[in-house]
Amino acid sequence: MSTVAEATKGDLTAEEKAHLSDRAKGERNLGWRLAGPAFIIMLLVTLYPICYAIYLSLFNYRLTDPAGRKMVWLQNYLTALSDPLFWQAFTTTLIIVVVTLVFELVIGMAIAMVMHRVVWPRRTLRTIVLIPYSIVTVVSGFSWLYAAQVGTGFFDHWLHAITFGGFPMDYNWFGGRWSSLAIICASEIWKTTPFMSLLLLAGLAQVDSAQEEAAKVDGATWWQRFTKVILPNMKAALMVALLFRTLDAVRIYDNPYVMTGGANKTETLSMLVGTETVSRVEIGMGSALAVILFIIVLLIALIFVKLFKVDLTTSGRS
Amino acid sequence: MKRLRPPRRGIALAAVTLMATTGLAACGGSNSGSGPAHLTWYINPDVGNADASKAKGGQAYLAKVCSDQSNGKYQIKVQLLPNSASDQRIQLLRRLAGGDKTMDLMSVDPAFVSEFAAAGYFAPVPKNMVATFKKDRVQSSIDASTYDGKLMSVPFWANTQLLWYKKSVAKKAGLDMTKPVTWDQLIKAAQQTKTQIGVQAALYEGYSVWINALVTGAGGKIVDNPNATYDKIRLGLNSAAGKDAARIIKKVSSTGVGGPAMGSSEETQSLNLFISPQGGFLVNWPYTYGAYTGKDKSDVAAAMYPETVAGKASRPPYGGIQLAVGKDSQHATLAYQAAACITSVKNQAEYMAKSGNPASSKAAYAYPEVRKAFPDVQVVGANGKTIKVSLADLIRKSLDLAAARPLTPYWGDISTALQQRFSPPNAVNQNTPSSTQSFILNVLNGKALL
Repeated sequence: MSTVAEATKGDLTAEEKAHLSDRAKGERNLGWRLAGPAFIIMLLVTLYPICYAIYLSLFNYRLTDPAGRKMVWLQNYLTALSDPLFWQAFTTTLIIVVVTLVFELVIGMAIAMVMHRVVWPRRTLRTIVLIPYSIVTVVSGFSWLYAAQVGTGFFDHWLHAITFGGFPMDYNWFGGRWSSLAIICASEIWKTTPFMSLLLLAGLAQVDSAQEEAAKVDGATWWQRFTKVILPNMKAALMVALLFRTLDAVRIYDNPYVMTGGANKTETLSMLVGTETVSRVEIGMGSALAVILFIIVLLIALIFVKLFKVDLTTSGRS
Repeated sequence: MKRLRPPRRGIALAAVTLMATTGLAACGGSNSGSGPAHLTWYINPDVGNADASKAKGGQAYLAKVCSDQSNGKYQIKVQLLPNSASDQRIQLLRRLAGGDKTMDLMSVDPAFVSEFAAAGYFAPVPKNMVATFKKDRVQSSIDASTYDGKLMSVPFWANTQLLWYKKSVAKKAGLDMTKPVTWDQLIKAAQQTKTQIGVQAALYEGYSVWINALVTGAGGKIVDNPNATYDKIRLGLNSAAGKDAARIIKKVSSTGVGGPAMGSSEETQSLNLFISPQGGFLVNWPYTYGAYTGKDKSDVAAAMYPETVAGKASRPPYGGIQLAVGKDSQHATLAYQAAACITSVKNQAEYMAKSGNPASSKAAYAYPEVRKAFPDVQVVGANGKTIKVSLADLIRKSLDLAAARPLTPYWGDISTALQQRFSPPNAVNQNTPSSTQSFILNVLNGKALL
């Protein structure tokens, strides 16, 4: 695979391309033949629904009112983008993305470094760390919901005990926007940090230990080694981990749906799409919102790939 | 590679066989040949849920009774729908829109009958059965089953809210409960006696039920032309009646008589408030009497729903369940026959006595088991004279006056918008009706998100 990836890289001149060796050509053909069927199926199952959604988003169309279906061109987009509810959901989503990403990166990095250094019990440790990630999101959502609930949850009891009675026993976490978001973010961080740490661990393995040794001999402090040697060397893996998690977090749905159902301004963009399409059966508006969410995801991927120069073909190789 | 082939082929073969057999099994489920036809009835949770025993007496029991009586023509299997009315709507809607062939019978909340009927999701009621389904039914239940002048579903059980009160509290406040009382009188009485009034004002369908009852009680209508399409719909919320409703909600909240958790109070919470020592009054469905667990049950009595405007008869909320047959049902005729059996007077009476859910049939109220479940209670008037009030008769009278929620296909959206804009109750003011009205119109016309 690596030869194919290199052969398709854009740093070949036109002349060189024309004179690709037979072997390279053959490998490229084989590559297409191997990946082709999967590629076509991908197009069928993703491109068609995406195009259909774009088409539907141009209509005022309610499933229970087929006769009232009306072409409104971009009206749905204008309505959505000028609606306070959309921007409220956008802000909520953005807050969740930023907060969870920062915490996951820091904690994930720490866990990755521990896992990298630990010799015994390496495998057991890696398995244990993965447990939260293996739990279904809805289940973990319910666990956190019950843990934080007034009366039956243990959060209030523990906080009450730790602060020697300073924290109220009947604090309603789901009574306000910020406290609800705190629990939602905590649950999200708990669940996905393992994934982050595994990706970062793969990056750490790429770092040349000789460089680290050399830096140590030169008298570099731990912090200097971390920022000047380790981080630059694992930049590719770091950016891929960030990209994956950002795209994941932007589409957050399960946790807020289970815990608040969108009350107290905790509705995220995905939930808004769900409300419009599933409960209101406003297919047109729902599709428009889904397309907007899709564009947001595309933009984020573009920013990462172009601006931060994330190369998805080279990372993860160790 | 070669070595792997035989087992793989084996797996593929197994998969194909499995698919083929499950496909056959699925075909066998909807047999159209000999033997009884299998009807599926999607029921809302009730006392029996999926338990078909006589002791429970829920919808599952009626399904069994009617299956047995059909002489082998059909066999009804029940499927349980989710708890909340909104979730029931979503499940039914998705199945109906997807053309599910098993939608033979379904228990539908009257609030959503119009939406489904307008979308053409119901099989038409056979012409020769319309009279049967309308016979001896309370008017409000027929109204709720009708869309665009046609009967679209079968009235099954009919719910209505009553004003429940503690006789001791009413006596202390000097209220004459033998005559209709107004919301203002109730609020004053609760303040005087330092008791509370149980209402439903959480962000859910029950809050819309209250708002609609207050508006219709003042002679208004939330929707003027329920059969209109979304671009031609006219709302009557921004009116004197709408302002009366807003005033009462605000007053119940600001005087504190709605209790500390009024904004998150659903039926259960309001009933618990009524049972507690602070409880004095409650507006709620008839199941209240059976579900009242307080020691002083002899102190509990009921009266007609409170008036919004003094002197104008109240319009109590209408609820209940209508039976409908899906458009893609393979056995529509049999399903309507089953619906006729399920809603027979005897079955309705039995269901009412067991589940506490009132019948839509007037004759059912004369059955001894119904009169036992909803007995006579002694009520003392202001002049000290004792009169007997039969709860069963009171429910019937309330059903005659009851007003259904607007029978428009857009009620789902209108209701959600109402709940959102009237929450929290203490923020309601005289501008709420007009701002809510313009918001609802924007939502319906695709100019605002909900």
